[in-house]
Amino acid sequence: MSSQNKKDIDDVTGIDTTGHSWDGIKELNNPLPRWWLWCFYLTIIWGIGYTIAYPAWPMISGATAGVLGYSTRGEVAEDIAQFEEANAEISAQLASADLTTLSDNPELLRYASSAGAAVFRNNCSQCHGSGAAGFTGYPNLLDDDWLWGGDFDNIEYTIRHGIRNEEDWDARYSVMTAYDEIFTDEEVDATVQYVRQISDQDHDATLAAAGEELFLNNCAACHGDNGMGNYDLGAPNLTDAIWLYGGDEASLEETVRYARFGVMPPWGERLSEAEIKAVTAYVHQLGGGE
Amino acid sequence: MGNYIKLAALGCITLFAAIAANWGRDVSYVVHAVIIMLVAGFMFLRVLRQTDDPVKAVATDGYMDDVIRAGVIATGFWGVVGFLVGVVIAFQLAFPALNFEFLQPYGNFGRLRPLHTSAVIFAFGGNALIMSSFYIVQRTCGARLWGGNLGWFVFWGYNLFIVLAATGYLLGSTQSKEYAEPEWYVDLWLTIVWLAFLAVYMGTIFKRTEKHIYVANWFLLSFIITVAMLHVVNNISIPVSIWGSKSVQLFSGVQDAMTQWWYGHNAVGFFLTAGFLGMMYYFVPKQAGRPVYSYKLSIIHFWALIFLYIWAGPHHLHYTALPDWASTLGMVFSIILWMPSWGGMINGLMTLQGAWDKLRTDPIIRMMVISLAFYGMSTFEGPMMSIRAVNSLSHYTDWTIGHVHSGALGWNGMITFAALYFLTPKLWGRAQMYSMSAINWHFWLATIGIILYAASMWVTGIMEGLMWREVDANGFLVNSFADTVSAKFPMYVVRGLGGVLYLTGALIMAWNMWMTIRGGQKVSAQVGVPAE
Repeated sequence: MSSQNKKDIDDVTGIDTTGHSWDGIKELNNPLPRWWLWCFYLTIIWGIGYTIAYPAWPMISGATAGVLGYSTRGEVAEDIAQFEEANAEISAQLASADLTTLSDNPELLRYASSAGAAVFRNNCSQCHGSGAAGFTGYPNLLDDDWLWGGDFDNIEYTIRHGIRNEEDWDARYSVMTAYDEIFTDEEVDATVQYVRQISDQDHDATLAAAGEELFLNNCAACHGDNGMGNYDLGAPNLTDAIWLYGGDEASLEETVRYARFGVMPPWGERLSEAEIKAVTAYVHQLGGGE
Repeated sequence: MGNYIKLAALGCITLFAAIAANWGRDVSYVVHAVIIMLVAGFMFLRVLRQTDDPVKAVATDGYMDDVIRAGVIATGFWGVVGFLVGVVIAFQLAFPALNFEFLQPYGNFGRLRPLHTSAVIFAFGGNALIMSSFYIVQRTCGARLWGGNLGWFVFWGYNLFIVLAATGYLLGSTQSKEYAEPEWYVDLWLTIVWLAFLAVYMGTIFKRTEKHIYVANWFLLSFIITVAMLHVVNNISIPVSIWGSKSVQLFSGVQDAMTQWWYGHNAVGFFLTAGFLGMMYYFVPKQAGRPVYSYKLSIIHFWALIFLYIWAGPHHLHYTALPDWASTLGMVFSIILWMPSWGGMINGLMTLQGAWDKLRTDPIIRMMVISLAFYGMSTFEGPMMSIRAVNSLSHYTDWTIGHVHSGALGWNGMITFAALYFLTPKLWGRAQMYSMSAINWHFWLATIGIILYAASMWVTGIMEGLMWREVDANGFLVNSFADTVSAKFPMYVVRGLGGVLYLTGALIMAWNMWMTIRGGQKVSAQVGVPAE
């Protein structure tokens, strides 16, 4: 360590050091950079001002509210109120609208579509997909193949009460029988082959012929003699190329053996009247509305 | 006599761990009990074999560098592990199929993510901090490490903590607090190790032969003390059973959230900032061969940083159940923190005054400069993101991930690499690293990797934030959540590639360290004698 009274000057910068040295490291006596110091002061002054303007300092009970009267909840509420006020009239109109004549009112139709799309994205897309194309076990809403009917009333009812849930007594309900313990293995195979025949897929003709009688005796009550399904029971049409759980042999066998039990929650409690109408209109116009 | 006490203690621990393994209620607890039983049993046998041997003379002069050498190797090892897990989970996000069915539940993103964060922060960063603080405190105090083998206890104890934490995550034991996931008994163990660390560090400072305490030691000491406090308070919990890993947090609801982010933010502030500034204050002037730019600045920015950081945590909880006043204060302190943070960058960069030419020739200096540049950038970005209006866009998006990584990969990673390149030849008595051009390769791979990472996360984060809040003329949301996820895909791939580059650089470093340690002529310069 150099002596305290003799100044130790750094050759490169000409600045004196503090005189200490740690493992050869010295420190220059440079002052605080002015711009740095002023910026520091400015942020402190700004900070004081900000804490006066906004809720900040905790007191014995509660905290200072800030002279601007700001609150984060207030900010969000204001945002929401602004849109609700702007939409109040048209929203009320939609809540009591007859959806079948919606297309006569372009302004209301546009509003219902954009509101319905938002409701759909927030509440329905998790299962049906953000494009409404569905997924295995979750129906595609873009096509004109419906389980429980695709007119305005049916769509609205499904949305309001859901399917096979325990929350809503009015939920749509039906149960398919699991044939695993009723049919022999051959009978399961035969039924599967018959379903593949009526859906126009590759099949074993002999087995399918044996399956026809099984189908008529066991399945036709819900799916219809021709296998075209039944809206009242939510029984799918088995003759088209649209499959909720798959039309391949393995999926069909699983369906026949163990049945399926798709569930949809009721939305009547959660969504407002206008929102239900809007999302009904939205789903209806996706392409398959009846 | 000492050995008999040790034997008794180790014997008891082994026995207790065996009982715990037998009675353990969950798989992670049982596995941990077996690990502890094996470690304690091994130590027992080791002590037993040495008992009644003639007492070997313990070195008491010169610096204690063996433990630092072990720390250097551990830092390199955990760095590669942590980056590798990071790359894996980055690609899991881009390609969810990589959450392979046969690896469930151990190999899914949810369990690997805390493994990554803890491996890089605590295993890589923690070992870097412990080994470099042992190195720095001895050199700048002119004193041998205090406490004899206590330094070794800290090293092995800390790495045992890491193994317990990492295996716990994979086996599903977590208290689900970010960066504080390990369960109660692992927390207790870390507390013991950390207090030993504090004792070794303080002891060395007390017996220093230098009159003054060097600035690096202020930062390192503040890091050790504050982390002890944060760790203890945030992990207060009550075990459901002494034979199981599950525990219940003492705080609940918003109090718990506030405690967690008081901890979380100061893990950034004191672990990743103050601690690493301590490293910076030693290695930058040493490598540059220049005096620190300003003593005054170091004092003022040190105290300002220490005072302000501790209040900034609430900015992690804007627009939540946290009262507005706390959120305001968190934001205000964060913004006032901007200049004190930059004080470290200025002092580091300006230390190169008169040595800027070395940027052309010395890739280690270049790493230090880029590290300080990223430090400056992320300590500007942080206060900016703490502003409520900015936060309402950035919060919960990938922007936060990008911010964290520009700090972690840029600042913490680069300064640690530079420290490793500084220390490896010195500690193994070599003139320099085995390959200087490999350092150069590492520098560029890491730099490009960081840029790809940070830029892709900025783009995808801001895009995500804008998509979430996008409403049409009637105020209805335009995008579903899944829309934002699929829109991010290309950026996720870019992020993964950035990670691959960064990992490649680290692998080159590991190879370079290996070659330096193994081969080459020993140079008989320096090593060993306390200065003055």
